[in-house]
Amino acid sequence: MYAYVIRRLVMVGPMLIGITLISFFIIHLAPGDPTELVTNLNPNASPESLRKLRDLYHLDEPIIVQYLLWLKKVAVMDFGHSFSMDARPVIDKIAERIPITLLINILSLMVIFFLAIPIGVLSATRQHSLFDKAASLFVFLGFSIPSFWLALLLMIGLGVKLDWFPISGMVSFNHDQLSAWGKFLDYAHHLTLPVLLSGLTGLAGLSRFSRQNMLEVIRQDYVVTARAKGLSEAVVIYKHCLKNAMLPIVTILALSLPGLIGGSVIFETIYSIPGMGQLFYQSVMSRDYPVIMGILVIGAFLTLLANLLADVAYGFIDPRISYGRR
Amino acid sequence: MGDDNPRTFSRIFIERFRRDKLAIVGAVIVALLFIVAVFAPVIAPHDPSLINTKNLLEPPTFNHPCGTDDLGRDVFSRMIFGARISLTVGFVAIGIATIIGLVIGAVAGYFGGWVDDALMRFVDLMLTIPTFFLILAVIAFLEPNIYNIMVVIGLTGWMSVARLVRAEFLALKERDFVMAAKAIGASDGAIIFRHILPNAMSPVLVSATLGIAGAILTESALSFLGIGVQPPTPSWGNILTLGKDNIEFAWWLSVFPGLAILVTVMGYNLLGEGIRDALDPRLNNTL
Repeated sequence: MYAYVIRRLVMVGPMLIGITLISFFIIHLAPGDPTELVTNLNPNASPESLRKLRDLYHLDEPIIVQYLLWLKKVAVMDFGHSFSMDARPVIDKIAERIPITLLINILSLMVIFFLAIPIGVLSATRQHSLFDKAASLFVFLGFSIPSFWLALLLMIGLGVKLDWFPISGMVSFNHDQLSAWGKFLDYAHHLTLPVLLSGLTGLAGLSRFSRQNMLEVIRQDYVVTARAKGLSEAVVIYKHCLKNAMLPIVTILALSLPGLIGGSVIFETIYSIPGMGQLFYQSVMSRDYPVIMGILVIGAFLTLLANLLADVAYGFIDPRISYGRR
Repeated sequence: MGDDNPRTFSRIFIERFRRDKLAIVGAVIVALLFIVAVFAPVIAPHDPSLINTKNLLEPPTFNHPCGTDDLGRDVFSRMIFGARISLTVGFVAIGIATIIGLVIGAVAGYFGGWVDDALMRFVDLMLTIPTFFLILAVIAFLEPNIYNIMVVIGLTGWMSVARLVRAEFLALKERDFVMAAKAIGASDGAIIFRHILPNAMSPVLVSATLGIAGAILTESALSFLGIGVQPPTPSWGNILTLGKDNIEFAWWLSVFPGLAILVTVMGYNLLGEGIRDALDPRLNNTL
């Protein structure tokens, strides 16, 4: 077991280097020099901020030196200062927004997990039933619908017309005067739509996946054996099938994470939620390069970490994984 | 070929595809979109960029079936021209992604060993970085326009194709016909591209069709956020931006372009799944 965990941990190093290489490569995508672009596209760019950009990425040095100097700063999470009016350290701006984005993504993951598995299992055990057909339609729509459009429609319908849900922000104006329970309800009220919508695509994907997996497991010989020895259908399905069908779901959930984190740009922007995604969007719009690079690297680090956790968890729950290999 | 050999691969494929009603629906939607995009100037009832200050934010009428926008332009005509954008982005972006994925997957699967290891770790790495973040960061350093969008979606979307092609190559390279090609001294390049690749194309075709749906969704999300296709060029995504800005009083700006995206994406998804089912040898009971 430990050998397996250690092997996974050893892979993290090269992956981190890889992430920084790709990110660094992006700085140099701009034709000519990133500073030219700042001048061309951002009328507010002062000679001073250009100087800062050149210094931050050491653009006057040879490219290898540039990368190593940048890497040295990234290693201590120093991404420089934001180009925006407040000029705060990038890492501070990101750090205060990570909890919000993480909260929404974890809630979305929980929604996906707790809805997708029952949907998948019920569709599989009642294959070709009305429920199965309805679920297939839902999955299909979930894949095809632009989720930001659905968000807009729900804002018009449930927000503007019916006034059931607030259409922007995380808290009401009177949030500070509310009791602890009232504050909780206020958050819940504001986050319901964003959480459900950002989980939609993942929900569709995982529902289909657990249905297919379940269908495959149900056809296995050991399930036939379980039935043949007279076990009740409930025991067969929930004890013998479910466990085996659900193992790969840990991995699939982890794989859906980059999509969720990326999607936070869309949902946090639509619903004006002050998370990492909204900060990223604002930074892209104002070409605040230090913040863009910071979020890109940190977002990838977080995904890498989540994948690692999922792999290790998978190793723990699936006895078939041989830890001693190699 | 025809009648002496009625069970050719393509015949079986067409036969099965034709029995799949949903797949036909998908094919019809995709075909209609092609026609709309190609003949947009003929089909559109109005000039999509004609500004009419007397008709701002007019709800749907007979003359303007999808209403007008904040500059009085006909939304229906703008949507018809927007079909060109989604069609172009879908095909070019996925074309790029498929070519990269084919080459990387083929090389990894055919040569194996450290080449395979290195390339597959690179795939893992690319999958770790949230794609949407990557796209946005690249767009921030370049200019947001349709060409950059297509290239960036292509460059960030090839990983699943590479994995598919690699898996196909791993299985196919052990087959007799590859041994035979090697025995007569065919070069690696010839074996990869002339002998193995044509046999590995079926899953790639499916993945490309489904990929177009994804690329159209990504483009519309980017345009919606204002970092994709820039106004005044009409795209479904940037009409939706106006819908959000006028959310309190112009529902038609939000409803119709979104429906267009939904139907289009659904068309490609249905078509892709239809092709997959028709190609799947495990569902052979129909013939």
